[in-house]
Amino acid sequence: MSDKPFRVLPRLTDANEPFWLGGAEGELRFWRCQDCGYRLHPPGPICPRCRTKHLAVEAVSGKGTVFTYTINHQPWIPTFDPPYVVAIVELAEQDDLRLTTNIVGCDPDEVTIGMPVRVTFEHYDDNGYEVWLPLFEPDVAGGAA
Amino acid sequence: MSAFEELRGERRAIVSGIGQSQVGRRIYRDPLDLTVDAALEAIADAGLDPSDIDGIATYPGNMEIPPGFSGVGVTELQDALRLELNWFAGGMELPGQLGAVVNAVLAVSAGLCDHVLCFRTVWEASAQGDQGRASVTMGGGGGAYRASSFMQWTLPFGAASAANWIGMMAQRHFHEYGTTREQLAQIALNARANAALNPKAIYRDPMTMDDYLSVRMISTPLCLYDCDAPADGSTAVVISRVEHAAALDHPAARVEAMGTALRGRPSWDQFDDLTTMALRDASAMLWERSDLTPADVDVAELYDGFSFITLCWLEALGFCAQGEGGAFIEGGGAIARDGLLPLNTHGGQLSAGRLHGFGFLHEACVQLWGRGDERQVVRPGGRDPEVAVVGAGGGPLGGCLLLTKGR
Ligand SMILES: [Zn+2]
Repeated sequence: MSDKPFRVLPRLTDANEPFWLGGAEGELRFWRCQDCGYRLHPPGPICPRCRTKHLAVEAVSGKGTVFTYTINHQPWIPTFDPPYVVAIVELAEQDDLRLTTNIVGCDPDEVTIGMPVRVTFEHYDDNGYEVWLPLFEPDVAGGAA
Repeated sequence: MSAFEELRGERRAIVSGIGQSQVGRRIYRDPLDLTVDAALEAIADAGLDPSDIDGIATYPGNMEIPPGFSGVGVTELQDALRLELNWFAGGMELPGQLGAVVNAVLAVSAGLCDHVLCFRTVWEASAQGDQGRASVTMGGGGGAYRASSFMQWTLPFGAASAANWIGMMAQRHFHEYGTTREQLAQIALNARANAALNPKAIYRDPMTMDDYLSVRMISTPLCLYDCDAPADGSTAVVISRVEHAAALDHPAARVEAMGTALRGRPSWDQFDDLTTMALRDASAMLWERSDLTPADVDVAELYDGFSFITLCWLEALGFCAQGEGGAFIEGGGAIARDGLLPLNTHGGQLSAGRLHGFGFLHEACVQLWGRGDERQVVRPGGRDPEVAVVGAGGGPLGGCLLLTKGR
């Protein structure tokens, strides 16, 4: 996937904009409960742990590990050509803070569960409708910022 | 004893009749036409006239998108047969496809109505035509289509299909428990072997392990034969009050227990344990509501939209321990028609066609009522099946029924 494939883009809302636009400043952002520290994904209006609405947007390190993955071989979307790796990445900051993404920057066969990865953003501009998709690549430095 | 344990209101209801339309690939018949065939057959089987039907329940209700996923809702069928209803419900925010049956059982048990016609109609094979599933998954949207709700978290990453989401769950199961493709293959091979004995099944040619291992991958570790076969067809059942059992010319299927729980996060990628699914909680609830145990089950009809979902159902329902599903199905003996737990005796959706949950309920009644002909299960000692478990749904939604043969 060196050339950017066509991607269906997310419909932006007040709640999800921090996630989908954070990449403009190189940050992976989530809503976080300011009382108990729990990070929400997908976003919601209330902390599901302590059920207070004291939420604010915070960036995470963008580092995590591959929780699970699949190599997709089926052409579902025109110009989004297989094979490509769909993965669920678990972020370093919180055990259940996971997101679905792609693993890029390596051969699909090199991806393993538990592999350290870091975020890399892919910018899309569809006639002024801009989104930064968080993709993940092998974190070969294993901890370097 | 809590009210939850004491009431067990589902025992006031039975499955009194079953019906099924023509089933096939791209048969290009109007979905309502298919639905009335199934409905009239089920009504007659229940010893009733259409004028006796005073309730309708369906999944998922009428939807235009994705094409072929639905097409017939409550109102179309009510109008086609001019039924006079005391109660009805159609929708998809339910514990799986069988949630429509759950609704019907609740309505009958509460006395809102006497006989509910429940149905599920699909015409995905015709709707997809020659373009395959991708045309359906995209919801017909192109250009400036934007993904919202759950799909916004997956579609931008090309994870367009449940094949991708289930593939990731299967991969995690393989990783944690050492499950193998050769083990998972047994779900598909068993389905095909049973389909050979089902004249309405779509794929009836023999399938070997070599066939399975050499067919193309869809989304690792799932290959083409791990994915069910889109079909056209309608399945209907009638849910009646238990008193109606005496009026039948065949045994009833009594509703021993239902499992409808949703305790984890309702999401394909956020569920707490991705080697299980929501059906884990529905399964646990099922046994909480019955004195029967997994050892009492004579036939298991468990959803196989993807083979891995069936493995999850086997573990969740306690036919083996969590993580031991691969070992349980290895070699295929335990799940064969003459095995410990005859599974998907009509060929499942993998080989008999994606009738979306209701095919399993239909088959459970076929087996309990001794109508299986060539594929009729006979238990050790020549005994007829008396207890069937039916589970439908995968990922964030699932529900199950425990049925017993009874007059
Ligand atoms: Zn909190």
